[in-house]
Amino acid sequence: MAVSSPPRSGAPERARRAPGLGARRLALLGPALTWWLVLLVAPVLLILAYSIFRRGIYGGVVYDATFDNFDRLFDPLYLRVVWFSVRVALITTVLALLIGYPVAWFIATRPARWRTALLVLIVLPFWTSMLIRTYAWMALLNDEGLINNWLESIGLIDRPLKLLYNEFAIVLGLLYTYLPLMVLPLYAAIERLPRELREASHDLGAGAVRSFLTVVLPLTRTGVAAGCLFVFVPALGNFIVPELLGGGRRQMVGNLIQVQFLEARDWPFGATLALAVMVLMGIFLFAQAKLAGKDRVEA
Amino acid sequence: MRGTWIKLAVAATLALGVSACGAEVQKSGSTSSTGAATSADAAPDTGTPRGGTLTISNWDKYMPENLIPDFERETGIKVKVAKHATNEDIMGKLEAAQGGGYDLVFVSAPFAESLARRGWAAEIDPAKVPNLRNLAPEARELAYDPGNRHSVPYTWGTTGLCYRSDLVRGTPDSWNDLLRPSDDLKGRVTMLGTDRWLLLPALKTLGYSANTTDEGELNEARDLLLDTKKDLLAYDDTTFYDKLVSGEASLVEAWDGWCNYGIAEDRRIRFVVPREGSDLWVDTMVVLDRSENKDAAMQFIDFVLDPANGRGVVDLLSYKVPNQAAMDGLDPRLVRQFPNLGMTPQELLRGENLQDLGEGQPYWSRIVSEITS
Repeated sequence: MAVSSPPRSGAPERARRAPGLGARRLALLGPALTWWLVLLVAPVLLILAYSIFRRGIYGGVVYDATFDNFDRLFDPLYLRVVWFSVRVALITTVLALLIGYPVAWFIATRPARWRTALLVLIVLPFWTSMLIRTYAWMALLNDEGLINNWLESIGLIDRPLKLLYNEFAIVLGLLYTYLPLMVLPLYAAIERLPRELREASHDLGAGAVRSFLTVVLPLTRTGVAAGCLFVFVPALGNFIVPELLGGGRRQMVGNLIQVQFLEARDWPFGATLALAVMVLMGIFLFAQAKLAGKDRVEA
Repeated sequence: MRGTWIKLAVAATLALGVSACGAEVQKSGSTSSTGAATSADAAPDTGTPRGGTLTISNWDKYMPENLIPDFERETGIKVKVAKHATNEDIMGKLEAAQGGGYDLVFVSAPFAESLARRGWAAEIDPAKVPNLRNLAPEARELAYDPGNRHSVPYTWGTTGLCYRSDLVRGTPDSWNDLLRPSDDLKGRVTMLGTDRWLLLPALKTLGYSANTTDEGELNEARDLLLDTKKDLLAYDDTTFYDKLVSGEASLVEAWDGWCNYGIAEDRRIRFVVPREGSDLWVDTMVVLDRSENKDAAMQFIDFVLDPANGRGVVDLLSYKVPNQAAMDGLDPRLVRQFPNLGMTPQELLRGENLQDLGEGQPYWSRIVSEITS
C-alpha cells in the first residue's frame, strides 16, 4: 500500500498472496465489521448529524443546520454539570485504584488454583442487574436501612447518619459498580510481572516502598492506565447512580443527556452533549494510548 | 408515569446517544386491507385470522393479561403487541417510520395532541366505537382533544400528596406542606423529578398554569423549588411509596395510582389533592392515520371501553379509568381500600390538563437542570 516505504523482507510474498487472503479475511472479519459499522460507526455519525440540527416544536428533528447547540453547550449551567461529573468520576477512579491495586496484587500472588476462583468472585456482581444492585444499596444506606439500624442498635449513634442522597452515595455507588473493571487489568499487568525483577530489586537493596515505586509500579503502568480508563469513562456517563443513590439532587452529564432524549425531546441538544462527552473521553483514550504505546517501545 | 424501571434500563442504551431508529415491529403482510371483522360469532380462531392483524404498542404491563387473548377470541383479529418504555420511545419509533408501523398506540395526552397536530392520528369514527357512550361526559371534552376526535382516554388521574397519617400532624391540604415543610418533616419529604411534576407544586402554589411557558413565572417556580431542595430527602419517581412504607419519608409528591401501591402495603398511608389545585393526566389510545386496519383498531378501542374490561384495568393498575360504566361497577371494597378511586370526574376535572409545551420545552428543561445541578 505505502508505495514509498522501503521494501522489507517478506513483503513481496505477502503481496502475492493478498487476493486470496483478502476474500477470506473479509469473510472472517465480516461479522465483526458489520457489528462495528452498524452499532458504532452509524450511531456516531447519527449523533454528529443530529448535533447540527434543531428540535421541532413537537420534538423530532428539523433539518436546518445551526451551531446553536454548541453555543448552548458552553452555558455555565451545563459546564457546571460537566465539571461535577468529571470531579465525581475522578474521585471514583482514584479510590478504585487505591482499593483495586492491593486486591489485584493479592489475587495475582495467590497460587494458580486460587486465582481463578478469586477472579470469579470479583466478576460475580456483574451477573446481577446493575439496577437491582443499586436498589440494594438504597436498602442498605437509607435512614431506616440496615447500616443505620445496626449502628443505632449497638448504641454507636443516636440519630441516623446521612449516607444516602448525597455525593458520598454517588461516589460509593460508582466505586462499587466499576471496581472490578479496575481490578481485572491490574491483575493482568501484575501477573505478567516476573517475580525475579522484584527479587532482584530487593537483592540490590531496595526496600519494599522503593521497590514498588521504581520497579513494580512503572512496569504495571499499562494496567493502571487501562484500569483508570475503564472506571473513569463509564463513571462519567452513568446516570442511574446519581438518580437513585444521589436522590436526583445532583445531575451528572449522563442525566443531562437522558433528560434531553427522554423528557425534553430535544434530540439535537442531547446529541451535542453526547458528542462533547465522546470528545472528552477521546482525549483520555488518546492519553492512555500514548502511555501504553510508550511502554511497548520500552519493553 | 409507569414502567420507570424499564425507562431507566432503556435510557441506559439511549444515554450515549445511541438513539433507537426504525420501528422494530413491522406489520406482517398487508394482505387483508379491508380488515373489518364484523362477525363475532364465527368459527374457532385457527388458521388465518378473519379480521386481519393489528399491531399495537403499549407500556409493559399496562393492560390486563387476558385483554388481548379475549379480544382475539371474540373478533378473530390477530394482535401483535409491541412495548414501549416511555412516550418518547414510541414517538421516536413513529418519527423514524413517519407515522407508520403501528395501527394503534398508547400515549399520554400531550403526545396524542402532538400526533394529531402532525396529522398522524386517524379520526375516531364514533359509529365504529359505540362504547364511547360508556365514557364519563367529562372525558369526551378534554382540553387536548375535545370530542375525542383523534384519541380515546384509557386511564386518568391526578397528582397530590401521599403521606403517612401517623407521621404527619394533622391533615396536609396544601402544596406548601411539601414546599415549606414544618420542622418535623424537614428531610422527610420527596418530590417527583420529571419536569412536569417537578414544577407542578410550585406553579400551582404561585397561582400559575401547569402549562406555562412564561420565563418569569418559571424562574419564580425555580427559586421556590431551590429553597425546598434544602429540606428535601430526594427527587424520586420510582420508590417514593416504598419510602413511606419504610418510614424513610413522611410526605411525598405522588401520582394517585402510585400512592395506591403504598396504601396496599400500609393502611396508614393516605392521599390528598392540595387545595391550590393539581394536574389532570390522561393516557390515551390513538389510531394511526397510516394504519390499513383502522376498523379493527376502532374495534379494539370499543373492546377496551367495555365495562368489564375497564374494571380489569382498574384491578390491575389501581388507576382510575374514564370509562364511567366500569367505575360504576367497581367492587365497593376496592374503593374503600383505595379512596382516591372514588374521585368523581368532576373532581378530577378541577385539575389542569397537561398539554404539550411546544416551543417552551427547552426553557423548561433548562429550569429543571438549574434546580437539579
